[in-house]
Amino acid sequence: MRAYLSDRMGAALLMAPLLLFLVLAYAWPFLGVVKWSFTLPTPGLGQYEALLTDDLVQSVFIRTLRIAAVVTVVSVAAAYAITVVWVRGTPAQRLVAEFCILVPFWISVLTRAFGWVALLSNRGLINTWLQAIGFISEPLALVRNEFGVIVGMTHFLIPFAVFPLASAMRSLDDRVLLAARGLGSSRMRTFWSVFVPMTRSGIIGAALIVFVFSLGFFVTPAILGGGRSVMVAELIYLRIFQSPDWGLGAAISVVLVLFVGALMALLFRYVRPKQLI
Amino acid sequence: MQQPGRAAEIKAIGIGKSFGSFRALDNLTLDIGRGEFLTLLGPSGSGKTTFLMILAGFVQPTEGRLFSDGIDITERPAEQRAAGMVFQGYALFPHMSVEANIAFPLKVRKKSAADIKRRVGEMIERVGLKGHEKKLPAQLSGGQQQRVALARALVFEPGVLLLDEPFSALDKGLRGQMQAEMKRLHQETGTTFVFVTHDQSEALALSSRVAIFNHGKLLQVGAPDEVYDRPDNRFVAEFLGEINMLPLKGVRPADNGSTGLCEDRAVSMRCKAETVRGDAILAIRPEYMSISGEATAGENGIAATATNSTYLGAATRLDLTTRQGAKVTVSVPNEIAAAALGKGNSVWLTWPADKGFLLPHGGQ
Repeated sequence: MRAYLSDRMGAALLMAPLLLFLVLAYAWPFLGVVKWSFTLPTPGLGQYEALLTDDLVQSVFIRTLRIAAVVTVVSVAAAYAITVVWVRGTPAQRLVAEFCILVPFWISVLTRAFGWVALLSNRGLINTWLQAIGFISEPLALVRNEFGVIVGMTHFLIPFAVFPLASAMRSLDDRVLLAARGLGSSRMRTFWSVFVPMTRSGIIGAALIVFVFSLGFFVTPAILGGGRSVMVAELIYLRIFQSPDWGLGAAISVVLVLFVGALMALLFRYVRPKQLI
Repeated sequence: MQQPGRAAEIKAIGIGKSFGSFRALDNLTLDIGRGEFLTLLGPSGSGKTTFLMILAGFVQPTEGRLFSDGIDITERPAEQRAAGMVFQGYALFPHMSVEANIAFPLKVRKKSAADIKRRVGEMIERVGLKGHEKKLPAQLSGGQQQRVALARALVFEPGVLLLDEPFSALDKGLRGQMQAEMKRLHQETGTTFVFVTHDQSEALALSSRVAIFNHGKLLQVGAPDEVYDRPDNRFVAEFLGEINMLPLKGVRPADNGSTGLCEDRAVSMRCKAETVRGDAILAIRPEYMSISGEATAGENGIAATATNSTYLGAATRLDLTTRQGAKVTVSVPNEIAAAALGKGNSVWLTWPADKGFLLPHGGQ
């Protein structure tokens, strides 16, 4: 009992700086934001009523949810394929997959966003090539729109979807897959009717993580959306830094935090935190 | 359910398997008869499971050929072999109900919905899982999961059923019950059963033949009483149960078998001294030895002192030491054991001539 207590004390002591930082840098200021949402410009629920009636705010929320949904589906599907190779491939395949998963982590989100601009813009690599081979005559609109935002965000989020999927795939009992084959099931059928359903918790975890991350994206949509597909985080920024409308910005923040909090609660019902890294 | 003659006949010729420098299986040749219950018995790492995996098609042999009903299936992938398999730990599909697990091999074979429903229903009844159809494997006891695994492996009427230590996770009582059930399923279906275990009593109780493995080699194949009473070598003799080994001198053929000297007394054996001459080991199972007050002329017997007894309920296990120091164990009726312990040195150990067999001296 004493060892247990001192272990807990030790753990608390080690965690203290981080907790203190979170309280001082996030929780405390956020309470200020909550206060603004009820007091600016006048005390009351006015900003929350505005949220429900303001067409611009609503269209941004809908766009954010739409982009997050598309990014989630595409990221999880791509991550699933990569993870299958990473967890179950030959040693050489695993190495390549690991490289593809880890390298993006070492490159700044800004660099990557501008990299996509260089690839996708009207005079970018892809349009130039497609025109050179005569596949298209006019450049395709690949960036400064929702498409560009989705490409950039998907690229950023795939690695985050890989870890919960890998955890689910690693804990899968190989004998169950052998059993399916032994019972006459082809590899394809075994994959779809045994492997995929058995990694369900990983899929849910990956999808929730990507979705939650997508909701708060700021830099990538700001650069690749070119101001034309504003997402919630950018809207908050615009309200607070480029207009006197702090109350509405604060109210949007509060709604976003509550929504994300609810999704996180859902996430931790399906996966344990250690499965996510 | 099973059509007569549907059971497969398997022939393995010169099968070998190496994992890198490790020789898991060496030059195995074995015929598995139609509808027989063959047990592959051996300690862990003996190659028995590797052979089962080769039969299932999950492992490719490094050399040798495998035939099923005369057709070479060495290269045929597992999913086309149609061997039913029950894994250690059952390997049920955790996301599917009992019903869906059992229906899986039929669905894969694109049977009609009505056919699947009928056969799954029959199978559930046969293994006694009625009322559990909609449950998930995690909601079942170990014995019930075992039944689902058996039902799933048998429902598509495979020519051969492969079982990899299916009872290792069950407690003793349940194990006995499942063994009886498996024997019944074998008789009802008529399918060829190939069963892997490291438990010799399980092997002897269930099989029509036992194949004993050690260090990647097949040492002996035969009916349970054959391998138990007439093992080819010391490993088989010792692996199948307790055995007493007495040094023997001057072994030579005789009229009705062979003869030799055991602790300076002439003893006779029914078995022939074909490969063994001179010094040898005389091996006798404890239950075939008895205790008497004095030696009768012409009977096999040596003098010994009882040193220890263990009460086993139905019988008593008696440890004895012979005059020349060999340790012997016998199991005898309780009152005889008590009498023997009281008598000190003057006990005679006797055994029938047909129950002793010869093993090469010192060798394996």
